[in-house]
Amino acid sequence: MSKAVSALNGQSHTGFATVTEAGLKGMVSLRADLSSKALAKALKALGLTVPAQRAIVTEGARSVAWMSPDELLVLCGYEEAAQVTADLEKALAKDHALVTNVSDARAMFTVSGAKGDEVLMKLCPIDFETLEAGEMRRSRAAQVAAAVWRSGPQELSVICFRSVAGYMMGLLEVSSRKGGEIY
Amino acid sequence: MLTLTCPCCGVTVEETELAPGGEAHLKRFGPGSTDEEFETYMFARKNPKGVHFERWRHAYGCGKWFLTARCTATLEVFGSYPAQTTEPPAELIAKIKEKRPGWEGYK
Amino acid sequence: MSQRLQTGGRLIDRSKEVTFTFNHTRYKGYAGDTLASALLGAGKSLLGRSFKYHRARGLVASGVEEPNVLVNLGKGDRLEPDQRATTTELFDGAVASSQNHWPTLAFDVGAINDYAYRMLPAGFYYKTFMLSTWAWHKVFEPVVRQAAGLGAAPTKADADRYEQAYAYCDVLVAGGGVAGLMAALKAAAEGKRVLVAEQTAHWGGRAPVDGGEIEGMAPEAWVKKTLEALGKMDNVRLMTRTMVAGLHDHGYAILYERVGDHVPDEGRPRHRLWRVRAGLTKVASGAIERPLAFAGNDVPGVMLASAVRDYIVNWAVSPGKEIVVVTNNDDAYRTALCALDAGMKVVAVLDAREWAHGPLVEAVKARGVRVLEGHAVSKVRGKSGVVAVEICHQDSTGSVLEVLGCDCVAMSGGWSPVVHLYSHSGGKVMWDEAGAMFRPDPARPPVGDKGQPIAEVVGAANGALTLSALCAEAGVAGGAEEENPITPVWIMPAKAGNDLKFKAFLDYQNDVKVSDVQLAAREGYASVEHTKRYTTLGMATDQGKLSNINGLAILSDALGQAIPQTGTTTFRPPYTPISFGAVTGEARGDIFQPLRKTPMHGWHEAHGVHWEPVGLWRRPYTYPRKGEGHRDSVNREIVNTRTNVGLLDASTLGKIVVKGPDAGKFLDMMYTNMMSTLPVGKCRYGLMCSDNGFLIDDGVVVRLAEDTWLCHTTSGGADHIHGHMEDWLQCEWWDWKVYTANLTEQYAQIAVVGPKARKLLEKLGGMDVSKEGMPFMTFKDGELAGFPVRVYRISFSGELSYEIAVPANMGLALWEKLHEAGAEFGVMPYGTEALHVMRAEKGFIMIGDETDGTVIPQDLNLGWAISKKKEDFLGKRAQMRTHMADPDRWKLVGLETLDGTVLPDGVYAVDEGVNENNQRNVQGRVTSTYYSPTLKKGIAMGLVKHGPERMGEVLDFPADNGVVLQARIVDPVFYDKAGEKADV
Ligand SMILES: [Zn+2]
Repeated sequence: MSKAVSALNGQSHTGFATVTEAGLKGMVSLRADLSSKALAKALKALGLTVPAQRAIVTEGARSVAWMSPDELLVLCGYEEAAQVTADLEKALAKDHALVTNVSDARAMFTVSGAKGDEVLMKLCPIDFETLEAGEMRRSRAAQVAAAVWRSGPQELSVICFRSVAGYMMGLLEVSSRKGGEIY
Repeated sequence: MLTLTCPCCGVTVEETELAPGGEAHLKRFGPGSTDEEFETYMFARKNPKGVHFERWRHAYGCGKWFLTARCTATLEVFGSYPAQTTEPPAELIAKIKEKRPGWEGYK
Repeated sequence: MSQRLQTGGRLIDRSKEVTFTFNHTRYKGYAGDTLASALLGAGKSLLGRSFKYHRARGLVASGVEEPNVLVNLGKGDRLEPDQRATTTELFDGAVASSQNHWPTLAFDVGAINDYAYRMLPAGFYYKTFMLSTWAWHKVFEPVVRQAAGLGAAPTKADADRYEQAYAYCDVLVAGGGVAGLMAALKAAAEGKRVLVAEQTAHWGGRAPVDGGEIEGMAPEAWVKKTLEALGKMDNVRLMTRTMVAGLHDHGYAILYERVGDHVPDEGRPRHRLWRVRAGLTKVASGAIERPLAFAGNDVPGVMLASAVRDYIVNWAVSPGKEIVVVTNNDDAYRTALCALDAGMKVVAVLDAREWAHGPLVEAVKARGVRVLEGHAVSKVRGKSGVVAVEICHQDSTGSVLEVLGCDCVAMSGGWSPVVHLYSHSGGKVMWDEAGAMFRPDPARPPVGDKGQPIAEVVGAANGALTLSALCAEAGVAGGAEEENPITPVWIMPAKAGNDLKFKAFLDYQNDVKVSDVQLAAREGYASVEHTKRYTTLGMATDQGKLSNINGLAILSDALGQAIPQTGTTTFRPPYTPISFGAVTGEARGDIFQPLRKTPMHGWHEAHGVHWEPVGLWRRPYTYPRKGEGHRDSVNREIVNTRTNVGLLDASTLGKIVVKGPDAGKFLDMMYTNMMSTLPVGKCRYGLMCSDNGFLIDDGVVVRLAEDTWLCHTTSGGADHIHGHMEDWLQCEWWDWKVYTANLTEQYAQIAVVGPKARKLLEKLGGMDVSKEGMPFMTFKDGELAGFPVRVYRISFSGELSYEIAVPANMGLALWEKLHEAGAEFGVMPYGTEALHVMRAEKGFIMIGDETDGTVIPQDLNLGWAISKKKEDFLGKRAQMRTHMADPDRWKLVGLETLDGTVLPDGVYAVDEGVNENNQRNVQGRVTSTYYSPTLKKGIAMGLVKHGPERMGEVLDFPADNGVVLQARIVDPVFYDKAGEKADV
């Protein structure tokens, strides 16, 4: 699998915050009845639980985020994504469910630093003062769809489609340039 | 620019996250329908000044369609509800009647 | 002459000298100056020329309402015209120049217009347009263009950067004067999230200049204490240099922050546009003083009384040595007191009221100043500066009683609350007779999403014009000298004749005079909105901040009706002009709009690609080699693909997975064909129509498993078609068990096309790609050269073809591997143009070429793809309408010119006769047209009336320059009619 290269191959810029393309990430999209027992069991096998509305649950290196009333996104290692997909598919074989490996369809970024919020404040119609840790907010960044959450102390993560990774990095780089601090 | 609450994911979002979808609660007419029925379904729209039921998709968010009741004159939003229904919820109708006593009703 | 005072100036820092240039001359000012105060302090009072008459103009105001002194600011890639000197904070090295004059500010040829004012009356432009087009083009336009216009448009791209930001609050306070700070304090104490925006760099508004007492303190001390208190609160955000530009639906406010204007070289963004969502906006935007309409009220040296105070107190600049104050209210007496304190001589106070008393009046009288009641200015003497005023009785035609020598006139016609924000999204104003002003009607506020008021107005903006009234409104102890009521004065003197009214300006920036508004009324303009446009009153960049009420009053008077009957014009955002840069924000250059890139984008770029935009994607159009034109390279790519093997980056193709027990039933509704019967492992070409019957998309559908299909869509259509599917699933058939997923970007897709395609894949190895192992229109999952792939045997070119899907992150590696391995087979990449030509050679339609939203599948002879067995599918009912079944509908055919040339795209085939509009009848049009290197001639497809029944007929296609091209109707399949080449 060494032939795989993420959209921007880990590009990074530092202004008043550091913006980085996070490299290869495993992402598995799961559409199903979120109240199903088989689903809870399948996630349990991954060390995860079914997240509440708009929540993102993290256990170790894996997370699972609520994307819509019938959709979850499992975040895991890139290398294990195919296996996670196969395992979930198997576990949900008797349910009406659709499990797809979308690791290659997306790009992920981190925005880190004490003023990280100020970078995304310029791009997303999101109230960052009320965005709690553990909440996954799907919205837009300037002109493209983006999902944003607090992935650590002084760190936000952003997922967008792979094809617009360059655009997203352009947005983040411009918005984090020194002199552009808001407060 | 409007703000609407998506009943599917629970967030109140600005219009730039949404895609409009025109009038809600249209009844589809397919093969077997008369020309008049099909014409009404495909082209006839209420376009009221006042209470209007309409479709919105939380396009940049959860991706789900939902329906709202909104006053096209004052932009007051009476409520939003999931799209999987053929009629507005009774409580919403009651609420609108209370706020707009002269309203002719949903039909 | 104006000058800098030896002491004072609450906003300037005398220890920091600042150098700037104006019209190429260097001047000095101080940190804290505005460009206006620094120029005035340097003795400059003639600062611009008016728009229409080119009259000499100077500063009238000290803030956003200034109509006259707009300058060109900066140079080169930072030049910006029309910058208001009163709101431009001075910085070291600032470069400014005056506008609207030629050749120099002091000697301006255009000033001749001032003598020709009788030829430039209200409606001048309208009347001129109606004269004759010849006169307009030959005489008026060249003259008007030369003379009109404000500053020079920049010719270079803006070097600065701009951005936007989103903010959310419970209470937005618009205005950081005393009323705003009181409102902020109250909301903050209630625990609300508060955002306070002040347009200037300073807090406190007018109060520190005008005086009084708040909670036992001087206003300045109170402001300082309050700011400290607010600064300590976590729920309060204080922003200076930030104007609330507009208040819109559902509490959406646009704020304009001037982040870097005053520190242009610190690497800050120049402006930031805030997109704020506020629960409630407390409008504390203050009030603006009105000028008085007397002859010569625009001569440099005539200023608003409040502006004179501002220049003295804030910047230690006295606008003159000898001042005459003219007023209809008590407030202007503060200016007399202030001028006296600054060492100016107050020649007289002319009070239009018959009776002037009260503490402020008495205080002025006590200092030995002449106060003339019932008096007015008849006319100001002076051209480039005030020399004297001729005075008269207010209730007269202007007979001169006396001439008073002076170099400054401070005028006050009362105050107008700034109601803009309240009005922007529907709040209504009402006429306050006692205050002679429009103020917000609290009973008719702008409303929000719950029908609740989204704006409340406080302080002077609410008509509480005195500190006493403002404090009473806020429930805070405080106040200032008591004031007597004003007497409205709309024309000075009251019975002024034409000679005076022709020089009495209402709108300084657009040169609209009392006489113009009266003329408009005589010519039948009864609506204020019409009068505004006819006279251009209030239509300049200051949007009539000084002129609107005076103009309205004069119009009402001329129409013989009360002011509320005439009503007011609509206030429109932004409150003052904002930069295009701020509106644009980050969206410029590389990130003007999102560019979608496939995993092989960089490779294409490195290999000399010429791009074709497809939606937001960039797709390779062709890869020209050195010395090749695009047509050469396209032909080379086609010939090579048809002879050897070509590679196409097909990653943009839409890929939507549809799964579930009801997926087959669902796809039978979405497609015109039957998809539920497609065997697992097989591919089928399908058509999608809207429920209105028109063809919207096409592509190959693959059955991956018993309950799972993969639908390919056009490159531009993936998101749209996915949305279309979800719409029907969520809103119509929500009980059907179907899930979809848009996997377009999960896979890079590479078309390996040409007679040697199989050899190439066999060389990579890993799976059976033989005709038997992978027949035409089937697919297989497997490995090629170690890559996990899914291979489809589908062909859009008519050649042996494999489309290989590989995880996007490996797309580039596989693409490069194919090139490396294919070298021995003559592999070359080909672009979209080669793809288009090859599909046209095969007679395959293209969505967007053969379709345009009015075409149904039947028009394209695709009846074979429309299931007759299905009871229903989207579009079926629509296609049963008589017009859709009309045998006269134009149908798809091939077209070949008689001489082998290429038909122009989109040309029409003419028919005999003309239609009811006397236009030539038409009977068809070209939808696709190319040069075919395979057939070595032009080929085309088109829609022609009864086309398929008219094979061999020749049609006329008039093209440009009177040329008529002739083309024969032929079978649209030009190449390999039997379809033998793809299925090998
Ligand atoms: Zn939603």
